[in-house]
Amino acid sequence: MSALLTVQSLQVQYGAVNAVRGIDLEVREGEIIALLGANGAGKSSTLNALVGLAPASAGKITFKGQDVTGSAPERFASLGMTLSPEGRRVFGTLSVQENLLMGAYSMRDKGEIKTAWERVFDLFPILRERREQFAGTLSGGQQQMLAVGRALMSNPRLLLLDEPSLGLAPKIVEQVFELISVLRKQGVTLMVVEQNVSMALEIADRGYVMASGRIAASGTAAELRNSDTLQAAYLGAD
Amino acid sequence: MDLFLQQTVNAFALGGTYALLALGLAMVFSTMGLINFAHGELMTIAGYILMACGLAGVPFAFSILLAIAAAVLAAIVMERIAFRPVRNASGATMLVTSFAVSMILQVLFQNFISARSQAVLVPEILSESVRFGGLVIGVNKIAAIVTTIVMLIFLDRFMKHHRIGIAMRAAAEDFSVARLMGIRANTVIAGAFALSGFLAGVAAVLWVSQRASVDPLMGFTPVLKAFIAAILGGLGSLRGAVAGGFLLGFIEIYLAAYLPSGMQEFRDPIALCLVVLVLIFRPNGLIPSPALKAEKV
Ligand SMILES: Nc1ncnc2c1ncn2[C@@H]1O[C@H](COP(=O)(O)OP(=O)(O)OP(=O)(O)O)[C@@H](O)[C@H]1O
Ligand SMILES: [Mg+2]
Repeated sequence: MSALLTVQSLQVQYGAVNAVRGIDLEVREGEIIALLGANGAGKSSTLNALVGLAPASAGKITFKGQDVTGSAPERFASLGMTLSPEGRRVFGTLSVQENLLMGAYSMRDKGEIKTAWERVFDLFPILRERREQFAGTLSGGQQQMLAVGRALMSNPRLLLLDEPSLGLAPKIVEQVFELISVLRKQGVTLMVVEQNVSMALEIADRGYVMASGRIAASGTAAELRNSDTLQAAYLGAD
Repeated sequence: MDLFLQQTVNAFALGGTYALLALGLAMVFSTMGLINFAHGELMTIAGYILMACGLAGVPFAFSILLAIAAAVLAAIVMERIAFRPVRNASGATMLVTSFAVSMILQVLFQNFISARSQAVLVPEILSESVRFGGLVIGVNKIAAIVTTIVMLIFLDRFMKHHRIGIAMRAAAEDFSVARLMGIRANTVIAGAFALSGFLAGVAAVLWVSQRASVDPLMGFTPVLKAFIAAILGGLGSLRGAVAGGFLLGFIEIYLAAYLPSGMQEFRDPIALCLVVLVLIFRPNGLIPSPALKAEKV
């Protein structure tokens, strides 16, 4: 299968901090990729750099064959790559409905928006129930669903999820992982940053393990499950 | 009692104007983090357009439209030329930039128009008054109150139902995530400036209608008051700006009406003390901005 996203020698710097120090990644159509690593390894910086939220100081990002390095964040929704950021970051003072509407901001076609709308409400019936409610009043799990639903509103080809299970009750965490599998069946390619390594490697096809801004290990999920580098990356690096 | 009602009407008229101005400041601040000191000059520009139209014999209704349009245009140009280049700079840089814009415009008005106050032709009807029972209310006061109400309703609808309005609220809460949704920073910021110019234009028409004159510093005092109102309400909060504007209007008018004559010269300090008192109990203002809340969580 062809590469949907290719990342070459990506570096991310915040002033003097080198968060990402030259990494290569590849995501193929239809895959679920797990991006793993200890706190501060540079996972969020990587995802943020992919959609222009963090400054890529060097390297090249190719999405659907197009060079998108350095593009402004507002371009990616219509290109088909969306990020559901770490910490959910739903618009708390907007209603559930308005949050979703913003997710579809890049789409003009009314019919398309309606279809996206129905799909999200089918995935998350609770959001349909709570559509008038302020997002800030939802529970953590519901906010996570809203964050993912909002990202899905633009019909992404590639969905980047940054710690979707963070701070959720174990039962809800399971739902989140189930959702990831369902989305793949719907034809969405996913790259998921997760703290829950074993669960992530269960659903992922392949994974990358980051340590101190570098890729410390990569391979199929099965390979990573048995690899020592994975443990080393978590225990050794930071 | 009649005096009280009379003053209440005055307070609504003045507070409404402050509210419109504070709302414009809050819109720009909430989307861009810029405290726009040149907001007052938008008002002054609208004032000069009213003056010019009066001299040229343009019907007043039409000159109102032109004045407001000029303020909107000036706001958009201001953003494009002065503020876009410093958009990602620190708050202090933006603040100094807005000071500079304000000063430059004031000097231009002084040198190319006049340093002195110019008369503005205002229709007679605005200086007449209407009797309601024991109350005598100036037509200009009624116009100010009605205009404020209409504007607030319009803005409320726009921010609730128009997709750009919703996008502006989203961006005010979390700008980066809003951009991820495909909401263009330029659209939101230019939109905020255009609306703030619109509000400044309307406020200028109300202001000039009551005073029939315009001078290079016309915008300074009302906008200074609007800053206080915006902070009182909670900087960056739209509802807060409206609440702060009205509250400040009420404080000023009631103090002017009821403070013993010997103390009238301390009116402004007393008003500011009351503002400080409110802020001691509610340091983030009456209705804190959503972005502030988001940061705390
Ligand atoms: N905006 C920023 N400014 C400065 N330094 C930053 C910024 N964001 C992240 N960093 C630093 O960059 C490094 C990588 O952070 P990043 O958030 O990418 O890690 P992460 O792998 O996502 O960690 P976590 O598991 O805690 O989310 C850290 O040292 C962090 O302190
Ligand atoms: Mg992270």
